Amino acid sequence: MKKKLLLAANAAVVFVALLCVWQVAVWMLRIPPFMLPPPMSVGRAIVMRFPELCTSFWISAEAAVAGLLGSIVGGLLVALIFARLPWLRRMFFPYTILLQTVPIVAIAPLILMWAGQGLFAVALVTFIICLAPIIANATQGLISVDTNLLQLFLMHNASQGQILRKLRFPHSLPYLFVGIRISSGIAVIGAITGELFAGSTRVGQGGLGYSILYAMSQLQTDYLFALVFAATILGFALFFTAMFFEWLFLHKWHESARSESIEF
Amino acid sequence: MSSVPEILFRDVSKRFRPADPPVLQAIDLVIERGEFVTLLGPSGCGKSTILKLVAGLEPISSGQIRVNGLEPKNARRLVSFVFQEATLLPWRNVERNVALALELEGRSHDDALQTTGKLLDLVGLTDVAQSYPRALSGGQKMRVSIARALATKPRLLLMDEPFAALDEINRDRMNEEILRLREAGNWTVLFVTHSVAEAVFLSKRVVILSPHPGRIAHTISVDLPYPRTAELRETDAFDALVNQASRLLREAHRA
Repeated sequence: MKKKLLLAANAAVVFVALLCVWQVAVWMLRIPPFMLPPPMSVGRAIVMRFPELCTSFWISAEAAVAGLLGSIVGGLLVALIFARLPWLRRMFFPYTILLQTVPIVAIAPLILMWAGQGLFAVALVTFIICLAPIIANATQGLISVDTNLLQLFLMHNASQGQILRKLRFPHSLPYLFVGIRISSGIAVIGAITGELFAGSTRVGQGGLGYSILYAMSQLQTDYLFALVFAATILGFALFFTAMFFEWLFLHKWHESARSESIEF
Repeated sequence: MSSVPEILFRDVSKRFRPADPPVLQAIDLVIERGEFVTLLGPSGCGKSTILKLVAGLEPISSGQIRVNGLEPKNARRLVSFVFQEATLLPWRNVERNVALALELEGRSHDDALQTTGKLLDLVGLTDVAQSYPRALSGGQKMRVSIARALATKPRLLLMDEPFAALDEINRDRMNEEILRLREAGNWTVLFVTHSVAEAVFLSKRVVILSPHPGRIAHTISVDLPYPRTAELRETDAFDALVNQASRLLREAHRA
């Protein structure tokens, strides 16, 4: 515990020191604020435009969470089908890699063209970017069950449903959570990318991605920084929420979720 | 006692693939109800494969196997399997691991827990009933595995080197415990090991296998009375049988 506090204190000191260097550098080198605003003006922008910032934050959060949850449900369903039907898995698994390798920025305009401009379309972009890690990890977890355990179930004439419920699914949880953790990190990227193309999803207001574009066009660089800051917070929040659920479900029995051994 | 043998092997061979050399060849073996028979042999002689055949987990290539007169697959209700590793479900606590087999056979939750409680008492694990497998020692895990196997009240117990991973003191203790548990249950046991002392201590009959392909090389009758206790290991009769079995095992290995 003491060690953790010390680590947190270290990180805080580094953060404050960086802010000081930034502030002094901007002042000494006379960098124009539209190129690089000093941290004080970024702070001011955060305070002055806090309600606006919060609105953008929640719009993006909504899309990111909806897309992420959708990808967990959808990815798990696909993984269940893949685990049940090996021939289907062999046929389609390579295409899940395609999902991951297609640059999301390149296909986001297409998705928005087909799905409209609203929250649904942005969530859809997030869903697509989050899907592959879930499918890959959940499938791996469902099929990599110990042979002896499988034979134990067969010895007791277990049905396929029992094998799935009592063996494959619980066994896949640690794998699934690795996938969720990866996807939670990239969900914000999906949401912001979607918003960059979607424009405002609500009349007069937009998510972080839209607001970033707008702030850039207006040379409101201090607010742009505030938005970047908000996006980072959102990413952290999703990541730690995912980690919390991982801990909640696994800490009793799985090594990876013991608090000392969690790795980022 | 019924005239139908508990396990019958008639000229059984096993190949994993048609083109492969056989892992088991011309196995003839009759095990009567209530017998404790141990298969002894070096690794790779197909000991574990014999158990899988009896459990109906692997098909035979030729010959015939009957378990209580039935095809192995249809006799599974009578049989429990104890694997080399404890093979527990890490996400279930001890109690619920033992209850697993009962749940799979459709017993109600309460009913299963009641049986489980008695079994944990029997194997001395009541104190750790709520613990998860990762908190248990190797010996404790194996006890859970045995309790789970006994939960369905099997007539026939197949045990595949269950104590191989334990240190000698714990292994001896588990050997004594298995015999103690068997007094109450009187199950037939087909046990696999590569420890000669363990084989002699436990069994009524030791079947020595030779490798490549696995065949029955010798059979030794162990005419030591049950119940057997730890003191038995210090007797001359026990030593003589261990020496005899070791010699035959070496011969079988060389042949």
